[in-house]
Amino acid sequence: MKSGRVGRLGLLLATVAVLLFMYLPLSMVIAYAFNRSGTQVWPPTGFTLQWVSDALANRGLRDAFTASVEAALGATAIAIVLGSLAALAVSRHRFFGRDTVSFLIVLPISLPGVVTGMALSTTFATTDLPLGLVAIVVAHATFCVVLVYNNVLARMRRISSTLEEASGDLGADSFQTFRFVTFPQMRTAILAGALLAFALSFDEVIVTFFVAGGVKTLPVWILESFRLANQVALVNVAGLAAILLSVIPVYLATRLTSDSSTIGRT
Amino acid sequence: MTKIDVPIAEVAAGRSFRRNLAVGLERRPRLRIVLLLGLPLLALFLVYFGSLAILFLNAFWQRDTFTGFIIRDFTLENFLDLGRPVFITVTLRTVAMAVAVTLTCAVIAFPIAYYMARVASPRVRGALVVAVLMPLWASYLIKIYSWKLILSEDGVLNWALSPLGIKGPGFGEIGLWVVFTYLWLPYMILPLFAGLERIPSSLIEASSDLGARTLTTFRKVILPLAFPALIAGSIFTFSLTLGDYITPNQIASGKQFIGNLILSDFGVPNLPLAAAEAFVPLAIIVVYLLIARRLGAFEAL
Repeated sequence: MKSGRVGRLGLLLATVAVLLFMYLPLSMVIAYAFNRSGTQVWPPTGFTLQWVSDALANRGLRDAFTASVEAALGATAIAIVLGSLAALAVSRHRFFGRDTVSFLIVLPISLPGVVTGMALSTTFATTDLPLGLVAIVVAHATFCVVLVYNNVLARMRRISSTLEEASGDLGADSFQTFRFVTFPQMRTAILAGALLAFALSFDEVIVTFFVAGGVKTLPVWILESFRLANQVALVNVAGLAAILLSVIPVYLATRLTSDSSTIGRT
Repeated sequence: MTKIDVPIAEVAAGRSFRRNLAVGLERRPRLRIVLLLGLPLLALFLVYFGSLAILFLNAFWQRDTFTGFIIRDFTLENFLDLGRPVFITVTLRTVAMAVAVTLTCAVIAFPIAYYMARVASPRVRGALVVAVLMPLWASYLIKIYSWKLILSEDGVLNWALSPLGIKGPGFGEIGLWVVFTYLWLPYMILPLFAGLERIPSSLIEASSDLGARTLTTFRKVILPLAFPALIAGSIFTFSLTLGDYITPNQIASGKQFIGNLILSDFGVPNLPLAAAEAFVPLAIIVVYLLIARRLGAFEAL
């Protein structure tokens, strides 16, 4: 395209407009979290930290926050192990059906959440396994694996296997090669994938809703609060926490990996 | 060497065991693959595909209309029930919404993706990628919630429009269309950006050297080359719209979409019917993925 000055200006304006479209609604929730009137009427009437301290003192909200962190840590731990193992197998070995493995691992995140949630909840009911925190961890792990897998796989494809071969030629066995050569190179990719897995799990509600039993994660708490008029001020603060706890890990992940394509959700 | 308490022989024995294991594994690549892939695939099949299979199985059972209990007698009734007019209307409405959202996202995403990929300096480009990524990951519920605030009767949109004497769309299908577009827009921008970044500048220069105007170059060079990326982005916008039940509930509670229809049948409880219905969005998405693959979208992901 002959990017004339007018064309560039137009593109710049469109870019700014899209950024505003993406950020204004979110910043509004943040503004409401500190809004003195505590209702949702625009414009805000003044600044207060009242709702933040109310939220910190709210037992249900604190429990929900803790449950979310626990679920996210559990799901992330499983995702790290399973995702790294699968990525190692696919990146360093040739075998029949290798391309299918990637497809299978991506499926849980690409199929509709309502189907995944219903399927898992039916399975737990059929097998008499209890719903609750463990069920949430298992459910989240199924679609968090792909984030670690994608990040590690992308890294393994970029780093050359010549270093590993050299290590073997110099007499290291495969465990030593993994520990001293391969692992140090994939470490930041695992961490980036883990941060994304944490963020996804922390934010997940569509599947969680089906398997939570009585456990309230932060998103479940927020969803239920939509119906309760007396909690609106707290929802804003909970929302602020939810935004920060998913956005900060993702920001850190972008710092750890130069390959932005793996930070999309699949 | 006083620090080493363990006798050398023992160290050597431990080491040689590990070494033997390592050598053994190196000689058996298949065993190595089984050890690496066994656990992930077992978990995936046991938990995920196993669950889908159980759900699918339930679609063939019957439900006692009085007690709501499931009777394990084979029937195709639940699948025949998919032909009822309500379900067809809801399915068509959902697909139409998914198409509308996808097209809107594509139109809005193109300028910013193009700016990121081909105009911005590397520094600005990096910052913009992060700026687009952040809202993608920021709490899904809070994004919906923010639009509930915006669209409500005394919300910011009506406040901003009141000097003009007009009102916003409020809660309904139009509002839902806007909110879905808002939610999934970053999923379209990122693959499109990656696709546009890959187009060689020489092709665009050649087009203008040969006398093509901006619009012609866009239509004949950029759009065809970016098409697989556009399809890749559309996979997200389309399938996320199709499978959502929370956003329709919150923004257009009067209208049913496939996600909340399934949810309400599941809650009746009528698991067999809900299970049969669940395979409709599943089938639509699988067909969409197959078409997308033929159009080269997977190489663009």
